[in-house]
Amino acid sequence: MNADNPELPHEIMELQMGPSHPATHGTIKFNLRLEGEKVLDCDVELGFLHRGFDKSCEQATWTQVIPYTDRLNYASSLINNVGYALAVEKLIGAETPPRCQYIRVIVSELARIFDHLTCCGMAASELGAITAGFYMIEARELITRIIENLTGARLTVTYVRIGGVKHDLPQDFAERVTQTFTTIRRLLDDCDRLLSRNRIFLDRMANIGVISRESALDHSITGPILRATGVDYDVRKAFPYLVYDKLDFAIPVGSHGDNYDRFLCRLGEIQESMKIVEQALRQLPVGPVWIDDPRFVLPEKEKVYGSIEGLMHHFKIIMEGIHVPAGETYSAVEGGNGELGFYVVSDGGGKPYRLRVRPPCFIAMGAFAEMIKGYMVADIVPTFGMINMIGGECDR
Amino acid sequence: MLGARVVSVSEPQGDDVIALDRAGLRESFRLLKEDAELSFNFLSDITAVDYWKRQEPRFEVVYQLVSLQQRRRLRVRVGVPEGDAVVDSLTPLWRGANFLEREVWDLYGIRFSDHPDLRRILLYEEFTGHPLRKDYPVNQCQPRVPERHVDGTFVDERSHNKLLRLQKSLAKKN
Repeated sequence: MNADNPELPHEIMELQMGPSHPATHGTIKFNLRLEGEKVLDCDVELGFLHRGFDKSCEQATWTQVIPYTDRLNYASSLINNVGYALAVEKLIGAETPPRCQYIRVIVSELARIFDHLTCCGMAASELGAITAGFYMIEARELITRIIENLTGARLTVTYVRIGGVKHDLPQDFAERVTQTFTTIRRLLDDCDRLLSRNRIFLDRMANIGVISRESALDHSITGPILRATGVDYDVRKAFPYLVYDKLDFAIPVGSHGDNYDRFLCRLGEIQESMKIVEQALRQLPVGPVWIDDPRFVLPEKEKVYGSIEGLMHHFKIIMEGIHVPAGETYSAVEGGNGELGFYVVSDGGGKPYRLRVRPPCFIAMGAFAEMIKGYMVADIVPTFGMINMIGGECDR
Repeated sequence: MLGARVVSVSEPQGDDVIALDRAGLRESFRLLKEDAELSFNFLSDITAVDYWKRQEPRFEVVYQLVSLQQRRRLRVRVGVPEGDAVVDSLTPLWRGANFLEREVWDLYGIRFSDHPDLRRILLYEEFTGHPLRKDYPVNQCQPRVPERHVDGTFVDERSHNKLLRLQKSLAKKN
């Protein structure tokens, strides 16, 4: 019953939003029940990008899985690479040299900046703040150039290997990063001035899509959405991996659990990530970037082409895959959207017996109905935007 | 505290792992969640593994729990036989279990009793079989499904009328 105007019709309307909607960057469908513009109920339908990641991984060797992990959350493919490599190394029982660990931290944080810039930039431009959106995309482009210079690819990088990284940092890496960060800080300041106290932006973001702390924990949500409710759970601090315990950084937390706090958390994390990269570059030790274990590491090209043993060694690793001891393990890293976990089961062969990814945005989509109930149809756009659902990771 | 419901305890690669009995599973998890000393109050993940022709029982449902206060992880494994693939749903304890359990049902065909809404989630309703089972071939093709019937909302009706008018006008022309 419409209280303001009883003569208006007030029947409940069912609306199907998606799966290919211009305002939801990601293939997903919302089956909505609406009263006027108010959302009464929302059923999320996903899986449009399901390509059988788990099943494909069971057919590939341990090394061949790395390119598949790139395509999970393709906005932060380096973090996926690192997470997968860490899980397999945990099963092997190998620890990579310090330099490799620092490089992994640096690339993870670059990927996190990339991820947050994508999320915030897209969310802003969907709300009409095209300028701020473009500023963030420009900042993201600068990060992409660093990544391209380092890995040779812009998006699906396949940089991390089991037992190391593809190659060491280029000569001018630190210099490039310093220059880029100066520009990014300037761009972010501009965005902050354009958005953070902007009336239109605040109206669309503040107190929209609210989820309480208890409810967020109940829904197993992690990442910026959980931290926006005031819980300081971050895998980097709670279960430190690599060299995060040697680096000084803060975890930005919010208090309201709304879209605006999620936005601020992500912006804060970009700043913290830049600090981490700068510290890591200062502390970066010299040394090898690979573990010294021929069972898992490809021989040098000189040996492959120069000796029969080297050639056989190379052939065995490529064709059969490395042999990971039988067992199972779970290892988690802090991805762009939350806890990115890899549950790995090996039967001792060259291929994973089971590889499960804990997808943070899939789990966040489980709470979407609760976040959006009682708000307007238009609020779906910023709420969905701040979840940062990435089809590749959500649907696998 | 869990007493006889614990089947085994192990520590591979430094992870804490316990195997629990399927009977009274929800009560076991309630204890793990609410006991002040354990306080594994955060359900991180639910998945399953298929040990077809390798071990009995065939399936294993795997839960990842986190204690946020103590910063500890716990992995819980529950064996599920093929003939009676049903486990207690954890949705009354954690609402986040909803999507995760739906995914396990979808890909492994393990049912969760008392789940409020056990539908397929990643695949479509007409899909036959459960693809992550080891006896599901990788190159298996699915039958084509007929177009779904859509209930006549006003939008459909209008477009249907439009189609009728179009057909009529085409008939007139001819």
